[in-house]
Amino acid sequence: MNLAEAQATLDAGRLEARGAIEAATSIDDLEEVSRRFLGKRSPASVANEAIKGLSADERPAAGQAVGAYRAAVTEMIDARRGALQGAAEAAGAEDERLDLTLGGHGQVRGHLHLITQIQRELEDIFVGLGYRVAEGPEVEDDWHNFEALNIPPAHPARSMQDTIYVQLGYEEQVLLRTHTSPVQIRTMETSEPPIYVVAPGRTYRNETLDARHSPVFHQIECLAVDRNLTMADLFGTIEAFVRQLFNDDSVRTRFRSDFFPYTEPSAELAVSCVFCHGDGCRVCSHTGWIELGGCGMVDPNVFVAVGYDPEEWQGFAFGFGLERLAMIRYGIDEIRTFVENDVRFLARY
Amino acid sequence: MRAPLSWVREFAPVDAPVAEIVVALNQLGLEVEGVEEPGREIAGVIVADVLQVIPHPNADKLSLVDINDGTRETRVVCGAPNVVAGMHVPFAPAGATLPGGFTLERRKIRGETSDGMLCSAKELGLGEDHSGILGLDASTVPGTDVREVLGLDDVVFDIAVTPNRPDAMCIIGVARELAAHFGLPLTVPDAVTARDPAYDGDISVTIEATDRCPRYLGWAARVTMGPSPAWVQQRLVKAGMRPISNVVDVTNYVLLERNQPLHAFDLGRLPGRGVIVRLAKAKESITTLDGVVRTLTNEDLLICDAKSKPQAIAGIMGGSDSEVDAATTEILLEAAYFERMGIARSSKRLKLRSEASARFERGIDPDAVATHAARAMALLTEVAGAGVAASAIDEHPTPFIRPHITLRTSKVNRLLGTKLADTDVLAALSPLGIDVEGAGDAIVATPPAFRPDLEREVDLVEEVARRVGFASIGRTVPKPQDQIGGLTRAQQERRVAADALVGAGFSEAVTLPLVGPSDLERFGAPTDRVIAVANPLRAEDSALRTQILPGLLRAVATNQARGLADVSLFEIGRVFLTAKKGLLPDEKLHVAGVVTGSFHRSPVEPDRPADVYDAVDALRVLLDALEIADLALVPASPPGMHPTRAASITVNGVSVGAVGQMSARVCDSLGVSGTTVAFELDLEALLDAPRRDRTFVTPSPYPPAVIDLAFVVAVEVPAASVEGTLRSASGKVLEDVHCFDEFISDALGAGRRSLAFRLRYRASDRTLKDAEVAVLRQQGIDAVITTHGGELRA
Repeated sequence: MNLAEAQATLDAGRLEARGAIEAATSIDDLEEVSRRFLGKRSPASVANEAIKGLSADERPAAGQAVGAYRAAVTEMIDARRGALQGAAEAAGAEDERLDLTLGGHGQVRGHLHLITQIQRELEDIFVGLGYRVAEGPEVEDDWHNFEALNIPPAHPARSMQDTIYVQLGYEEQVLLRTHTSPVQIRTMETSEPPIYVVAPGRTYRNETLDARHSPVFHQIECLAVDRNLTMADLFGTIEAFVRQLFNDDSVRTRFRSDFFPYTEPSAELAVSCVFCHGDGCRVCSHTGWIELGGCGMVDPNVFVAVGYDPEEWQGFAFGFGLERLAMIRYGIDEIRTFVENDVRFLARY
Repeated sequence: MRAPLSWVREFAPVDAPVAEIVVALNQLGLEVEGVEEPGREIAGVIVADVLQVIPHPNADKLSLVDINDGTRETRVVCGAPNVVAGMHVPFAPAGATLPGGFTLERRKIRGETSDGMLCSAKELGLGEDHSGILGLDASTVPGTDVREVLGLDDVVFDIAVTPNRPDAMCIIGVARELAAHFGLPLTVPDAVTARDPAYDGDISVTIEATDRCPRYLGWAARVTMGPSPAWVQQRLVKAGMRPISNVVDVTNYVLLERNQPLHAFDLGRLPGRGVIVRLAKAKESITTLDGVVRTLTNEDLLICDAKSKPQAIAGIMGGSDSEVDAATTEILLEAAYFERMGIARSSKRLKLRSEASARFERGIDPDAVATHAARAMALLTEVAGAGVAASAIDEHPTPFIRPHITLRTSKVNRLLGTKLADTDVLAALSPLGIDVEGAGDAIVATPPAFRPDLEREVDLVEEVARRVGFASIGRTVPKPQDQIGGLTRAQQERRVAADALVGAGFSEAVTLPLVGPSDLERFGAPTDRVIAVANPLRAEDSALRTQILPGLLRAVATNQARGLADVSLFEIGRVFLTAKKGLLPDEKLHVAGVVTGSFHRSPVEPDRPADVYDAVDALRVLLDALEIADLALVPASPPGMHPTRAASITVNGVSVGAVGQMSARVCDSLGVSGTTVAFELDLEALLDAPRRDRTFVTPSPYPPAVIDLAFVVAVEVPAASVEGTLRSASGKVLEDVHCFDEFISDALGAGRRSLAFRLRYRASDRTLKDAEVAVLRQQGIDAVITTHGGELRA
């Protein structure tokens, strides 16, 4: 068989294959056709055998002809196979129908408490600013919760806090911390400045749970101590934080003189209402501003209490309540919602 | 405190719009909580003169009142019993508006035309008095707007004063701040007090407790008791105080105007015509003005009469014995300065707070006691016809020394981040009454005696900040230089633990860590290390939790009560146990979870009720997420759990918690219904446990050999023990072993069950030969039989 004859065999085979493929009505038929036109005694096989007898300069052309034949037949078979499978599936599908809207096997995911979500969000913002997260005990002594924070016994500021005391130590010595500020003291007592930390956590007030009061709530507190931190650093850090928190560069901050025993100067922090942008709405009590928390420069007496030299070190602190932030953001109007653990509330966030 | 603008203007000519004043006060730290304009809703109400009152022809209780309103005579129908000819009354003619937006019309009442109405105090928004028409002073001119006559054309600022600013708790204090802010003069006229030459008024003042009472001024006066005039009453009412009598009103007036608490004793009821200031004896008692008998301690300070009988708790409240009343003819006026902490402690111990104690404990002006007393005497002369004794007895054993504070301009700028010149600093401070001298870093500032909060340089820096305004301070963001921000490993792992449980279908709860001791008892938790709350508001909140589960079960009960039966909750939180050493409790971070109700799967497959394996699953997910190397469940009966459906969780041989089905009795006592399963463990102990080895092992490409083995063992033998035995008997080639069948039948004998295990062997370097597998199989069988006394099931 010369080259021309081999080519003719392949051409005839291809033509015949097309007819056989079109005639196949099942996958089994098609497999039979495939064996006949691509298998051991197929035209391709015959042509391949013949190539061995051709001269060296004719062989490449013959090889290419065989390859082209195989590719063409394979393609026709694959196409027909797809068509046959599709038809078979379509024919059987009616029996296999499943309604995907019925539900599932019941695999569900739970939800982090809204306060945890907010706490993480705040921690992450501060971590981005280079801060670390500090923690301290929830049951505190008078020294860390009051005295070292420049709130001596009988100081009027103590009446601002309804404290839960426990029966440990002498009378009114051990208490459930009324704020996260004792973590400031513990952090400074155990480490050398500079310090850049945030302290989130549970805090307590002696109140009976109702719509507006809760014995348990959460605060986050930021403390920075370095050689030359200024009030401008405090305000700048708060503004950067607030923009990140509300993801809005148009949020404005407002600072008003205030009093806290552990900071001097002290200021109250408010942000422009994120709902009405200052026009006045229910959330901001029509003032255009939302009070968020307090801030100030660390009082020298606090530095002295922890053994820092107030001439060498300056610092700032600010803090606010997480429940309040959540209530503002999501329009939650009762603080007890956070500790009732109604699964509908938990699943909403 | 409440500051009427008209009163403030007596001392500083503030004429800025109300909105600007509010902004200024807020910025200065005097937070405005409310602005009231009492006369804002009243329009067109004028003074009228009653000409005659005649009975209404058609109604017994009504009268026809003819009045002159300054421009005309008209008639109104009136039901009040107190209207008489010659009285001056507030008249709201047709077209006038009253509080509440009510506009009057001319209308007929029982056939007689009424041209508007005469008003009671209540109808004008002045308190609750509705017993009759408000009688106006006879000197008022008919036709005048009543807002003017009644002082209602005013604005009252309700200001929240922070505890460090006693000076701002009075009208002059507010005026001083506003004057400084607006650059206006502050003018406080000297009180001119005429003495009564005919009145002797000798009294004595003895201070025994000089450290508690550095200054005591007593001054006698003859008085004529009665109501105070309208202008005094109006000011007191606007400032939030109730008028009582001219003498008491004057003491309150001076308190509000000048922050000096005063007390008027009925001198006729003060035996010995004098006072002794001394500490109380233990258990000594006094009946205070409110009629309560107060038992004192030897740390409370008393004002006694000259016979040493208690007549007042110093600085807190007067006694009823020497209270002024309608029969009083002579008073002893007390103006004193009491030591702050002493008042604060007594007030707290007695649970008795008053306008006076609030001011004394914050600190009043010790230098102005005499000036303020003179002001009171001048007012008493005016409103109570007082005849004032020639001189006051002003005992002042411990004069107050004003501190001199060195202020560095450089420190101001270093703390505030400003570039103020020393002249800016001086200009900021002097309008506040702070005397300043010097320049640069050698400014000497002497704060006034009414500013006890100004003791240190930093206090003055705050004053500068307040005065220049926070808006003029820059905004910079410092970055820590020597640390990388981030969470500690423990903090990260707490997040991992919470996220794992969330992924396993649990929602996070936050429950109150305050519990009732009975809850803990019912729960069966050990009570020997429970910490009690010293001042609980309710029995249910009187102890700190030692476990999370009782609170979580309460949360389940809350949900069930709301018809929410399917609940999966977890909590990560602290529990509290008395310390083994030291003062503060052992705080342990626990993680607990609870599941009840059903898992909804229908109609794809049947719903599945929660069972104890749901708690076990959660535990496995949690430990896997934390890569804990070794977990073992040891059958046990932890408190509160079902006796045969619970286990102790051990890690590395140490128990860290429990898992199981909650006992029905415990559930019932906490209001929980239905099968409820739970776990609770010490998360910190868990995080201390060894973690899975993370060294890479190439997965073997060789085929596995899989065999099944079933053993009949006693029911008490845990599957995990048998599994462990098989594991240790098989060595490294055992890739996996797990129990896949449990079979219980009488045929196996009482108390016995069959457990079937599937073992998958695979070598890392070759295909295992049948003979090798047979040896491994026999080793496993022998080990189980030897260790657990079981037998291979045929």
